[in-house]
Amino acid sequence: MNENWFDAMKQSWKKGLAFFVFAGVIFFAGLFLDNYFYQQQLTFIGIFTLLAVGLNMLMGYAGQISLGHAAFYGIGAYTTGALTVHLGWSPWASLPCALAASGIIAYIVGKPTLKLSGYYLGMGTLGFGMIMHVLFREWGSITGGPNGLVGIPSLSLWGIDLSTGRNYLWVVWGCVLITFFICDRLVNSRVGRALRAIHFSEQAASAVGVDTAKAKLQVFVFSAIIAALAGFLYAHLVMFISPGSFNFLVSVKLVAMVVIGGMASIWGALLGSTLLTMLPEWLHAFSDYEMVIYGGILMGVMIFLPQGLTRGVLDIYEKFRIERKQPAKD
Amino acid sequence: MKNSGSNENSLLRIENASISFGGVKAVRDVSFEVQKGAIQALIGPNGAGKTTLFNLITGVFPLDSGHIYFQGQDAAKRKNFQRVSMGIARTFQNVELFTGMTVLENVMVGQHVRTKTGFLGAIARLPKSRREEAEIREKAMHWLKFVGLDHAADSRAGDLAFGWQRSVEIARALASEPQLLLLDEPAAGLNANETGQLGDLMRQIRDLGVTLLLVEHDMSLTMEISDRIVVLDQGAKLSEGAPREVQADEKVIAAYLGT
Repeated sequence: MNENWFDAMKQSWKKGLAFFVFAGVIFFAGLFLDNYFYQQQLTFIGIFTLLAVGLNMLMGYAGQISLGHAAFYGIGAYTTGALTVHLGWSPWASLPCALAASGIIAYIVGKPTLKLSGYYLGMGTLGFGMIMHVLFREWGSITGGPNGLVGIPSLSLWGIDLSTGRNYLWVVWGCVLITFFICDRLVNSRVGRALRAIHFSEQAASAVGVDTAKAKLQVFVFSAIIAALAGFLYAHLVMFISPGSFNFLVSVKLVAMVVIGGMASIWGALLGSTLLTMLPEWLHAFSDYEMVIYGGILMGVMIFLPQGLTRGVLDIYEKFRIERKQPAKD
Repeated sequence: MKNSGSNENSLLRIENASISFGGVKAVRDVSFEVQKGAIQALIGPNGAGKTTLFNLITGVFPLDSGHIYFQGQDAAKRKNFQRVSMGIARTFQNVELFTGMTVLENVMVGQHVRTKTGFLGAIARLPKSRREEAEIREKAMHWLKFVGLDHAADSRAGDLAFGWQRSVEIARALASEPQLLLLDEPAAGLNANETGQLGDLMRQIRDLGVTLLLVEHDMSLTMEISDRIVVLDQGAKLSEGAPREVQADEKVIAAYLGT
């Protein structure tokens, strides 16, 4: 028992260190990165990391696919956009509304949809994503229609302009850090265990007393709220939103980030979103062959590291370590 | 509280339970009782409706007609996860573990209905939730020790040998602190040695005050361990009684050997 306690302490210490290092990297990256373009890139990666980590809670941990996640991203962005542009609200007043709107819609949509599973859940959420996209495009008086919504104010707090590259980078990555922290606590709790149990066997999870419908709905709402936060941050970063940023392709990209980075891994979401945001930039050099190489890399990862980058690399490391520990066995 | 005329010692009472799938009557008008503290077996040829009956008791399917009373309460109205908190736990014929989670975590999930920490509690991690988490871990270790697998606590459940997986599943079911434990073919796939250990384990579980209802094909184990046996054939109850009585029943012999 004592040893267990010691192990647990060591574990939580290690984890604390990881968060601390992560926070330090963000801080210094913001401090020393002067190039505006890179700051912007890093900020976008942060926004996509938020989306990916939220979706990962739903997909990677609870095992429920959503092919319409961009809709919640859009709901967050359009809610704050409409409230600040049309009604002149402060972004800080529209933030809770954006999160609540997304959460409530997720509840209403999730209640019937999450009764489905597998491909059918994918189709259901896909349909929802498309409906929302049409709404963003056609509800001109609120959303600005296909031309988009212009004039969204930037964020400022106590007289400090948060919209400059460096400050916004810190805001976005601060949100990422907090979200990571929350997700990590959730995953390693009674709630997180129940979600993972549903992933492996929904039948067995309900047979040991997990209210699977409730648990799935909770995590669906949770991930929708995180997506809305990302949408909020995005809207006040670019100060202009249009339906194209929240369409089906974005939903697919988010799924790809989760899968490539590694399902059921919080850090995997970071890796996936970084790779999928940066890859197109890096591949510009190949001009005409860009998409071919992009697709090739994704295929390569899935064929050779089907568990995703994080799990795959960890597995190789562990295998290596075990082999060194016990040579000549087997 | 409905308790229409059954004796005090009855833990589970099934009255005229029926269900059909399409045109097939999988369970027809089956009635029996399980006494508190007993080890009772449900036997019958393949397709007799034993597992279906388990699924009815645990609430996987709703009854077409009939009643299920557990401790005098109408269980048929409750959903499957609610029946676990009433005190009904089960294992599966094909072992349904959460394969990617550790053995310890599997048993920890078993305590879901006896613990409370919710979404916000998990995030806030107040002292109350921390204490509960520590208790969950401790109790899970206790149940693993009970089935003799505390040494495998940190292994991935899916990596264990089949016989051990079965024990983990039993530990997970026990972790929900059940009154009644339903075991669906617990000896299937086990060798003679493991089957013997399983018999001992079942007696130990009974000695904890947990009533057992099992579906089993291993006749020597069933006859040796059971206090009472219910025989099903083609969805209907064929016979019921002590092992000796059932073995002597001509209808049972006919059903097994074919007439």
